[in-house]
Amino acid sequence: MESSKVIHAFYNDDEVVLDAVKTVKADGHHIEEVFCPFPVHGLDKAMGLAPTRLAITAFFYGITGLSFAIWMTNYMMIQDWPQDIGGKPSFSWFDNMPAFVPIMFELTVFFAAHLMVITFYMRSRIWPFKEAENPDPRTTDDHFLMEIPVHNNVDELKALLSKTGAVEINVVDKH
Amino acid sequence: MYQFSGKLKTFSIALIIIGALGIGLSFMNVPSSLDEAKEIIANQASHDGGYATSHEEVKKDIHQMDVKEEAFSHSDEAHHEVTKENHEVADTHGDNHDDAHAEHVYHQLKNKPWSALYVSLFFFLGITLLVLAFYASQRVAQSAWSVVLFRVMEAITANLVPTSIVMLGVIIAAVLHINHMFPWMAEGVFDPTSPNYDAIIDGKSWWMNLPGWAIRSVLYLAIWNTYRWFIRKNSIKEDTANDGYKTFKLNYNVSVGFIFLFMISESMMSWDWIMGLDPHWFSTLFGWYVLASLLVSALTVIAFVTIYLRSKGALPAVNDSHIHDLAKFMFGFSVFWTYLWFAQFMLIWYADIPEETTYFALRFNEYKLPFLAMLGMNFVFPILLLLNSDFKSIPWFVVIGGVVILAGHYVDVFVMIMPATVGAQWSFGIPEFSALLFFLGVFIYTVFSAFAKANPIPKGNPFLEESKHFHYYNIEHRGEGSADHH
Repeated sequence: MESSKVIHAFYNDDEVVLDAVKTVKADGHHIEEVFCPFPVHGLDKAMGLAPTRLAITAFFYGITGLSFAIWMTNYMMIQDWPQDIGGKPSFSWFDNMPAFVPIMFELTVFFAAHLMVITFYMRSRIWPFKEAENPDPRTTDDHFLMEIPVHNNVDELKALLSKTGAVEINVVDKH
Repeated sequence: MYQFSGKLKTFSIALIIIGALGIGLSFMNVPSSLDEAKEIIANQASHDGGYATSHEEVKKDIHQMDVKEEAFSHSDEAHHEVTKENHEVADTHGDNHDDAHAEHVYHQLKNKPWSALYVSLFFFLGITLLVLAFYASQRVAQSAWSVVLFRVMEAITANLVPTSIVMLGVIIAAVLHINHMFPWMAEGVFDPTSPNYDAIIDGKSWWMNLPGWAIRSVLYLAIWNTYRWFIRKNSIKEDTANDGYKTFKLNYNVSVGFIFLFMISESMMSWDWIMGLDPHWFSTLFGWYVLASLLVSALTVIAFVTIYLRSKGALPAVNDSHIHDLAKFMFGFSVFWTYLWFAQFMLIWYADIPEETTYFALRFNEYKLPFLAMLGMNFVFPILLLLNSDFKSIPWFVVIGGVVILAGHYVDVFVMIMPATVGAQWSFGIPEFSALLFFLGVFIYTVFSAFAKANPIPKGNPFLEESKHFHYYNIEHRGEGSADHH
């Protein structure tokens, strides 16, 4: 099937691949994926990827942690068993609030950090024993790979990519 | 070159004149005798319950031990009980209590215009000093992003000269016993035969004595002003030096030395000038706390002056990423201030040792609104406003956040100074407001005339090129295309 074919263009420099992405985008082609051994600054902008919303989720996870801490300290120390411990005022939650602040802070950070990391894993589909998806082992070492789906335009794409400084261009079947 | 506009100059001079008139007026309105003070107290008593608390406060002074019990028992029941007990004990003192009270209030009223002046003076002096320290730190860290802001920071430090002169005047006035803000400077405190003898303060007399205090105060001002004078002169020299960066390296070395001296002098300054107002009280992290408060205000002021000058087209090399980084510093140091404030408060609240707790008991009872409002203004508001990365690069967001931060830290300084000098007699009226206007006028005049005197771009700095192209990856600069950064 024609539509399951993709072009793999290899590059060996991050500046070259960044310019190549811009050229390919400018020519109106869709870029399926770019594989890099390390983060290339500006690549997401060049590809036109939407900004991440991970920070927004972290903010709400933090609020969740803060709420949990307030609920927990209030329930345990004020509602359930308001003992006099060393003269600390347990008449209401606000009276004893300064003593709860370290817990509130830590739980806010704990929730924000851990839930954000888990969100990242889930959105990026990373987990133990997951089968690696890199199409060529060289992309984890010193090569960059741009993957473009083919729609009856192999020759045109090949000509374009070779102009952008690709060191190797392969047409492969994608399963 | 930037031109100090006539309009702004007139505005700043108007502020100075209005402020000076208000300060003069507030000094004239001070009760000149004990009888006048009694009249004022009588008027206050007829007004209402708000001022009635001042009466209670005096009793607390007399019954230091009771304060501890009352300190943070917020629950109404406990509060009332202790207050009632206070009244009973106080009443047994009989007639001479009223006279003692009147004299106490008389002293507080006499302190009012001095304290109002002192709060604004310390606020502006401290901010200017911290701009200088931040500037030195940027040189020492060889940071590249801030190089295009160097002339802004240098211009702001020009305000150090007039504020230091006024501070010198206040120091001289204190030494000559013209003002009575520092209780330990009163007559007979160190004299065992005097009724004013205070054994606790006497035990600290190796540090807290008038000659030592005056010499140290002058020394702090001398250190700061010397560095400012030197670095300003040599920074301008850098522009045309062309000496293989010899001037640049000299400035680096001098800045390293200044940072060292600054950290020591700032700490001691906060003991001498602020903590000395409450000579019975002590806190080990106080110097850091004052530093944090002034540092976040200093960064806000840098951001304000930068945003203003950029809007006038005087800073072509400053882009949105520079504003973003300033706002990030404002955000970060707001949190840092809160951390130190809370660390100081919570340790004292938790252990509740009487000699430490009175400090916060007085503030919580008599200054509840500013004391609590300050936390909202210095922590909650900037956190929520400046958390978002996009907001940090939008000038008017930074200005809104900055106004609240500056107001909040003015309140912070207010709550550091006023309870010790005027106690329950505090208000925010003509004396406080005029002092604020006066120093604001001085600030605008000195800063913008200093900025007009030098090239706004420090051409001789080796990091200048990097600073011009500074770009924070997350920020989409307004008015720039994708080709402008890569």
